[in-house]
Amino acid sequence: MDGLVTRAGGWLGLTLLAFVMAALAVDAPFAVHMIIVALACLAMLWATVTRADYGALARGILKMPADQGVYDDDPIRWGVIATLFWGVAGMAAGLFIALQLAFPALNLGLEYTTFGRLRPLHTSAVIFAFGGNALIATSFYVVQRTCRARLAFPKLARFVFWGYQLFIVLAATGYLMGVTAAKEYAEPEWYVDLWLTIVWVAYLVVFVGTIVRRREPHIYVANWFYLSFIVTIAMLHIVNNLSMPASIFGSKSYAAFAGVQDALTQWWYGHNAVGFFLTAGFLAMMYYFVPKQAERPVYSYRLSIIHFWSLIFLYIWAGPHHLHYTALPDWAQTLGMVFSVILWMPSWGGMINGLMTLNGAWDKIRTDPIIRMMVMALAFYGMSTFEGPMMSIKWVNSMSHYTDWTIGHVHSGALGWNGMITFAAVYYLVPRLWGRERLYSLRMVNWHFWLATVGIVFYAASMWVAGIMQGLMWREYGADGYLVYSFVESVAAMHPMYLIRAAGGAMYLAGFLIMVVNVWATLGGRVRAEKPMTETPYNAAADRPLAPVPAE
Amino acid sequence: MAEQKRIDEATGTSTVGHEWDGIEELDTPMPRWWLWTFYATIVWGLAYAVLYPAWPLVNSATEGVLGWSSRGDLYKEMRADALRRAPTVGAIAATAITDLPAKPELMQAAVQGGAAAFRVHCVQCHGAGGAGVKKLYPSLTDDDWLWGGDLASIQYTVTHGIRNPDHKDTRTSLMPAFGRDGILDAAQIGDVVSFVRAISRQERASASSARGAALFEANCAVCHGAGGEGGRQFGAPKLTDAIWLYGGDRDSLTATITQPRNGVMPRWNNRLDPVTIKMLSAYVYSLGGGEKGLAPVAKEQGVDGQP
Repeated sequence: MDGLVTRAGGWLGLTLLAFVMAALAVDAPFAVHMIIVALACLAMLWATVTRADYGALARGILKMPADQGVYDDDPIRWGVIATLFWGVAGMAAGLFIALQLAFPALNLGLEYTTFGRLRPLHTSAVIFAFGGNALIATSFYVVQRTCRARLAFPKLARFVFWGYQLFIVLAATGYLMGVTAAKEYAEPEWYVDLWLTIVWVAYLVVFVGTIVRRREPHIYVANWFYLSFIVTIAMLHIVNNLSMPASIFGSKSYAAFAGVQDALTQWWYGHNAVGFFLTAGFLAMMYYFVPKQAERPVYSYRLSIIHFWSLIFLYIWAGPHHLHYTALPDWAQTLGMVFSVILWMPSWGGMINGLMTLNGAWDKIRTDPIIRMMVMALAFYGMSTFEGPMMSIKWVNSMSHYTDWTIGHVHSGALGWNGMITFAAVYYLVPRLWGRERLYSLRMVNWHFWLATVGIVFYAASMWVAGIMQGLMWREYGADGYLVYSFVESVAAMHPMYLIRAAGGAMYLAGFLIMVVNVWATLGGRVRAEKPMTETPYNAAADRPLAPVPAE
Repeated sequence: MAEQKRIDEATGTSTVGHEWDGIEELDTPMPRWWLWTFYATIVWGLAYAVLYPAWPLVNSATEGVLGWSSRGDLYKEMRADALRRAPTVGAIAATAITDLPAKPELMQAAVQGGAAAFRVHCVQCHGAGGAGVKKLYPSLTDDDWLWGGDLASIQYTVTHGIRNPDHKDTRTSLMPAFGRDGILDAAQIGDVVSFVRAISRQERASASSARGAALFEANCAVCHGAGGEGGRQFGAPKLTDAIWLYGGDRDSLTATITQPRNGVMPRWNNRLDPVTIKMLSAYVYSLGGGEKGLAPVAKEQGVDGQP
């Protein structure tokens, strides 16, 4: 009882503190954020006082089975739902801003719905909310199974999940209200950064704690990748967001770095967010779910060691390639370019290990749409990790930089690699987490696969054309030595490409909505009556010996 | 988990002997092509780091064997291009703008250069083709000029701008805010509008326009001319044609007389060199409405006596 009073009092105190902060706020967005925090504390107070078994509540809402297994899977089930929820939000925002570029009237004349505010909403929602929840959920799933141990700190794991959702809500509402630290992919302001730091350290503690308690003699390769992702993201996040708040009661802060040093810190962060969040983290997913779904051993243990260490050593230096031909000193540009090119093979090591794991199970590409997704993910991973080093070469970069080729490159990686491998992992997880015999429909997975694939092709192809067109138009000089095109002419020329890109994005989102329906029906315990993916034809008439021909 | 190596049937390769949740690993050697390509990129990287600026020192960095730098590279390219264009640029600089049309090749070069500068500096207001923006910025493609459409007048306008408060030589004038400042009441403004619409043949003459004629004579004719033919020394537009910068319907005219825009154009002599300005003027002149043979309009005192 004393414990209950202490805890309830603690939550009440935090609620009041948040309300006081809201009252003292020097700007409206900070007040709104503190009220959101206060409401979150109130929810915790209610849960504490009523002693609600919110695990059971969630099980009811999300139709989760009561703990049947020994593994601690509740936060993983929440994480899968959160992945799908934020995925819909983030991809819909992406489609909307793609349409804004084609039809500027869609900015709606409201500050809240301008491209400038919705764009970080889109990027953060798909990278950190969709991708981040997928990484946290799968890492908790994989680390338990490959360590043969339950999560080390169950309550802390739950804090990680809910704390991360609070971070997402604060970040997203902040963008809409115009709160931004003006650092790409690190837009949240100082107090949201501090909160994420706490959550992330808790995540590290849970993950490392589980590895320490493992019942296996060795640490599986997927866990190396997850660990490098968690540790490096912590370092990147803290250094890049070093700043001084203008007021302890306000949302504005000033970065610790200035000028080109700030730019270099930002792109050291930005590129390694790609390297360790979107590459290392998702390679970890690949290293567990591909061999499980294919039921084959990993292709090469030696390759996984060499490509892991070379990847994490090389990636951290590649950031300066985002600042070619800027005020950044030449030596730093050389550093970024050289390390990016050397990074090519270490990146491809993951693709080889993933694809060649299918040795002996290639026939599954024909029969298993989940394997098909994994193969497509690895193909796009290989393509974008070739394209990246190529674009980092200064000669290529002098044309590709600032064009939509960059956007095409990012999306072939994000939609093709991160999206597809996440879809495959979720399709693998859902029947197992909810104790279902199989997914509601494999044919819908197939539809999802094709919509997503064709959507990516539309997207990437239109942006390649658009980017190269922009690059060529911007540098087109007439015989007299003068520029041929004005900037606005290159913008006008983009219109058809923007339409094709939006069409591709719409297809990708449509496929994702099919996935949401499929997962929801699976959670409901339904199984769709459908023809299996393959049927070998059987001809009964031919299935008999030839009639003997009478002798003449 | 025991250390149990076995031969994988499908591939004939030995496993490493570990197993996690059913996942095993094969002991396949690294693909040779992968390894050698990796080595090759490392060798290339080392060579590149010797040839180009790469290794940071205390206050600078190694310059590389090739002596290349991005600033040096830019300088060389810009210099080569400047040298290539030097004869043309020099010739344009040495030619008075009014003499350009007599030298077609030089005029052509000036128009080309002006078009490029126009795309960078002017399209934001005057539009990509110089057609202007309705009710905001004038079209440069017609033969209706506020401050003169011959080469020298255009050059003066581009050089000194229009209504730049910080510049003594700027073109300037100030149409009074007849409505806002109570010089004319609403009924009187309505009459002036009727008159202006009558002389521009948008309305028939009426009692209102007759009353307006007298008001126009007293208040407007000093700049716009007795018949509304306009006055270029004040940038006062012609009111008898169908070209209206801020609109020729009753509402727009009423708004303009009530509170005029007195539009501003930046001067370019503090941002662009004289040759570029000359080329810009030649380009604007070439857009279709350039005037020949007219004496350049000199800058004069504004209507209200201000410079």
